[in-house]
Amino acid sequence: MTVLSVEGLQTHFFTRAGVVKAVDGVDFAIERGKVMGLVGESGSGKSVTGFSIIGLVDPPGRVVGGSIRFQGEELIGASDRRMRELRGSKVAMIFQDPMMTLNPVLRIDTQMIEAILAHRDVPKREAWAQARDGLAQVGIPSPEERLRAYPHQLSGGMRQRVAIAIAFLNNPDLIVADEPTTALDVTIQAQIIHVAQMLCRARGAALIWITHDLAVVAGLADRISVMYAGRVVEAGPTDDVIDHPRHPYTVGLLGSVPSANRRGEKLTQIPGMTPNMLDLPPGCAFRERCPRASDACLTVPQITAAEAGHPIRCHHPHGAAVPA
Amino acid sequence: MTVFIIRRLLQAIVVVFLMSLIVFFGVNVIGDPVDMLINPEADQAEIERTIRALGLDKPIHEQYLFFLKGVASGDFGKSFIFGEPALKLILHHMPATIELALVSLVMAIVLGIPLGLYAGLFPDQRISRAIMAGSILGFSLPTFWVGLMMIMLFAVYLGWLPSTGRGDMAEFLGIRSSLWTRDGLSHLFMPALNLALTNISLVIRLTRAGVREAMHQDYIKFARAKGLTTRRVVGVHLMKNILIPIVTVLGLEFGNLLAFSVVTETIFAWPGMGKLLIDSLLQLDRPVVVAYLMIIVLFFVIINLVVDILYSVLDPRVRLRDQGT
Ligand SMILES: Nc1ncnc2c1ncn2[C@@H]1O[C@H](COP(=O)(O)OP(=O)(O)O)[C@@H](O)[C@H]1O
Ligand code: SF4
Ligand SMILES: [Mg+2]
Repeated sequence: MTVLSVEGLQTHFFTRAGVVKAVDGVDFAIERGKVMGLVGESGSGKSVTGFSIIGLVDPPGRVVGGSIRFQGEELIGASDRRMRELRGSKVAMIFQDPMMTLNPVLRIDTQMIEAILAHRDVPKREAWAQARDGLAQVGIPSPEERLRAYPHQLSGGMRQRVAIAIAFLNNPDLIVADEPTTALDVTIQAQIIHVAQMLCRARGAALIWITHDLAVVAGLADRISVMYAGRVVEAGPTDDVIDHPRHPYTVGLLGSVPSANRRGEKLTQIPGMTPNMLDLPPGCAFRERCPRASDACLTVPQITAAEAGHPIRCHHPHGAAVPA
Repeated sequence: MTVFIIRRLLQAIVVVFLMSLIVFFGVNVIGDPVDMLINPEADQAEIERTIRALGLDKPIHEQYLFFLKGVASGDFGKSFIFGEPALKLILHHMPATIELALVSLVMAIVLGIPLGLYAGLFPDQRISRAIMAGSILGFSLPTFWVGLMMIMLFAVYLGWLPSTGRGDMAEFLGIRSSLWTRDGLSHLFMPALNLALTNISLVIRLTRAGVREAMHQDYIKFARAKGLTTRRVVGVHLMKNILIPIVTVLGLEFGNLLAFSVVTETIFAWPGMGKLLIDSLLQLDRPVVVAYLMIIVLFFVIINLVVDILYSVLDPRVRLRDQGT
């Protein structure tokens, strides 16, 4: 069953300097209990996509087009009241920097219990017990003690576990995890990924895992969507995308990831810089960095799907003839 | 924390002692009270008698030691003018000033925080711009001028509010105050607002700046992502954070309210310590001036201590520590 389907999503920021088309045509769908990796360089619009889904794009940003259907219900244009009902109960989000996500002046129990009471009419004692169990489930030792702590008394990894526990408190159907391990040590990263994956499996929640690191989602996601400059340029089953990348940008991303089966090969960086979102070149936004670019790329490539379930946005994808 | 408090109190004693030294000798430089106090027609014998009666015939350092001995037993000397103990005079005038300062503080909070909150949450609204422009005026217009204008408008022109004195007082919960009567309140309103003006502006700007900054913090967005009501996000998550600097600054400002009520009390003939100070200064009533200044110093020391403690209560990241070596 499809939990979430996003079509043609456009979220723009109307700044003084001009319109930033941070998200400009994003499509994907995610099934119940599945994990989708949303991958792209910094600034490609991943976070903005996440915030669009939970309806927390702040001015000067605005969702200007497309459709976000959650369990069949259209969220674009939904009332503030309805969005608040869904947030934290049906759709939860985990943020990037655990040092910043918890309120520094409120105790952990306050921040957990309020999340329960915002959506369910249970006695406070009951909410407290659920908060405690939530902490235990994400592997926090002596949870009753931790409930009384303030965020600054916990390490970054612990805080991210708390954030995950909060996200799962109301048994959501969808979790958007926005680079939740980027700010953490590598060893902690693996633990956090494990905890999130385990809980999603146990609860049957769908998970959107946002990251700039293809290696992270390779072992985690069922499907991958690759974003570049506000658009999904390639999407497909994880193995397919990793083993047979079609879009030059995905190929570039993979070339910069160390991997066991390409041991000894040189790591390559994608040349050039991420584009200025205020001043995107006409046509394919990747053109100036693309080794396969041709004159055809002066027009925006449309979505094509040579293989079912593996759409790409490119005039000259890998596996097709290289342009003359 | 106990160590912290004890240490701060010891520091306070040193500060008060140094202050007494400066004030005592400083006031002595201003002028000779004898000239003011004595009937110009008095003969030499009478002048000398007065000087001796006031203890002014002794060398200045002896006077100081004598004064210190008195202070140690709570005696700041007798007022040259009223012949009453200086401390008693000040304590007599203190409630009026504290009442004025407290009401001003409350005004600064109940007006400043909501206005600042509004301006911070809706920065592009026209009302917000008006609030911010008003706060700049509140900062930059001199207190005495605004006070005079208020009297002109509300007392003279419109005749709505009385312009001088404390009005009727009543006793409630053992506290005698203008707060408990309509007439008293009408007397209190203008001077308190006048005194509060800079603080209202200060609180508006602090609150707005705090809101603008906190709104973009991840913890606010995360609180919203939990599906909390706007009311809870603003009222708890936001307020608890921005209250920290506001309480700190306002606490310190309370000392200023007490000390600088001098101007307002003079304009509105409010019978508080400030008015007493001005009168005493004009008449070189040294014991009263010295006692006043030392009490104000004591106030500041206590207020600083309370603010430090309050700060550590509000912000769990702060631990009161012995800042000594
Ligand atoms: N508040 C904002 N004002 C203007 N532009 C913004 C704002 N937030 C995000 N953007 C733009 O949206 C683009 C995508 O941002 P983001 O989704 O955070 O990228 P990612 O998460 O992929 O690193 C950025 O290039 C940035 O220019
Ligand atoms: S459309 Fe052209 S420029 Fe863009 S990625 Fe494909 S080949 Fe490169
Ligand atoms: Mg991001």
